[in-house]
Amino acid sequence: MDEFSHDKGTRLVKRGLAEMLKGGVIMDVVDANQAKVAEDSGAVAVMALERVPADIRRDGGVARMSDPEMIEEIKNVVTVPVMAKARIGHFAEAQILQSIGVDYIDESEVLTPADEAHHIDKWKFDAPFVCGATNLGEALRRISEGACLIRSKGEAGTGNIVEAVRHLRSILGDIGKISQADSAELFDWAKRLQAPLPLLQEVSETAELPVPIFCAGGIATPADASLVMQLGAQAVFVGSGIFKSEDPAPRARAIVEATTNYLDPSIIAKVSRKLGEPMTGIEMDSIETRLAERGW
Amino acid sequence: MKVGVLALQGAFKLHVKALEQFGVEAIEVRNLENFNSVEALIIPGGESTTMSFLLESTGMFEAIKESSAEGMPILGTCAGMILLSSKITDGRSDQNPLGLVNIETRRNGYGRQIDSFESDLSIKGFDRSFRGIFIRAPLVEKVGSEVEVLAEVNNRPVMCKQGSVLVTSFHPELADDTRIHTEFLEMLSKS
Repeated sequence: MDEFSHDKGTRLVKRGLAEMLKGGVIMDVVDANQAKVAEDSGAVAVMALERVPADIRRDGGVARMSDPEMIEEIKNVVTVPVMAKARIGHFAEAQILQSIGVDYIDESEVLTPADEAHHIDKWKFDAPFVCGATNLGEALRRISEGACLIRSKGEAGTGNIVEAVRHLRSILGDIGKISQADSAELFDWAKRLQAPLPLLQEVSETAELPVPIFCAGGIATPADASLVMQLGAQAVFVGSGIFKSEDPAPRARAIVEATTNYLDPSIIAKVSRKLGEPMTGIEMDSIETRLAERGW
Repeated sequence: MKVGVLALQGAFKLHVKALEQFGVEAIEVRNLENFNSVEALIIPGGESTTMSFLLESTGMFEAIKESSAEGMPILGTCAGMILLSSKITDGRSDQNPLGLVNIETRRNGYGRQIDSFESDLSIKGFDRSFRGIFIRAPLVEKVGSEVEVLAEVNNRPVMCKQGSVLVTSFHPELADDTRIHTEFLEMLSKS
């Protein structure tokens, strides 16, 4: 491999992988067995973690990067990309994940933040990063730090889509407005969103985020996947929604079919039949910890 | 002239964009009905395991084989190359290849994402180099005698042609260079 001239870890190579995941479903898995079910159901990637967000929420305590041994086991049984989470600002955890060959690092609010002021300088890594965002300012700050993919945060582990919808609408709505703004207004947008001006100018010109935007946090049904894809998400992350449901494999397949055919309600109706109980879900007013508020 | 881009998953929008630069009508192909309306097909980069699952459930797997036998021009990039090959190593155990190009491919044969790379390629018939972007790219391990190799990296084929099927292990849809799409459209106009 080293006898010819080539470049690794370039912006195109890092951002390119997210292009390949578009239109797909990335599934949270806690062991090799679940990883296999996810891949066989058509997942484009798996997120390896010790506890799905619903359990992290239930158990409380400090949530950290998963055991590398467990991540390796999952890497060994699937051929699709394997993602794993590092705590916000915990660059040492990210270095470990990169060293064991994780394909995508999620600097995630689902884990307990390690730094209250600084996110990881993601430009320093050859592995690409995905970060969560609740609004456009947050998304652009993460991109300025080197994130190659943004996911709307939603509220992980709730099975409730309402927050994901709020975040997507906020991010994509502001992109729409900025694409109509004149050059003088962009200075004010930059100030209000606390986002770098050059990135805002790029968004204004292209009318899209400089990196892909996926949706996470609360997707539990094929209809949820269709909803967020129609709102403008380019792929979906499903955390607790699959393996906390009654019958994971058929639900996983149904969400994959719904994500591809998000514009065709008759297909979504077909795949939504007889899936058993979805995860129970939590109403927003009843939760104590809002994970989406972590990160800034 | 209607060119279909398989839109089950992956980088299909980038291929649509490239085709539109040539004023070609690009159709996103998600089902048999879409597929039956097109004269040529591009299978984009993405996850080949996901695409093969959806190709079978939509009934397009057999339809693509039949159309190819009748001479339909097909371009496959990365995952597209894997799906079009005659044998897949390190795929899912139940993953069937379309078998329209007589090459054997190894999924992620160049390594994981951390080993993904860019490199300048010299492609047969091109007057200057082409920037190849390889992302978890398939490695071509064996090539049949009926296959024409158009470019190599490290003595391994990365672009091949057999009849009306053109495949690349890299992603021309990610490069700001449409010469491979031009090549494909020329194949189409000759067919």
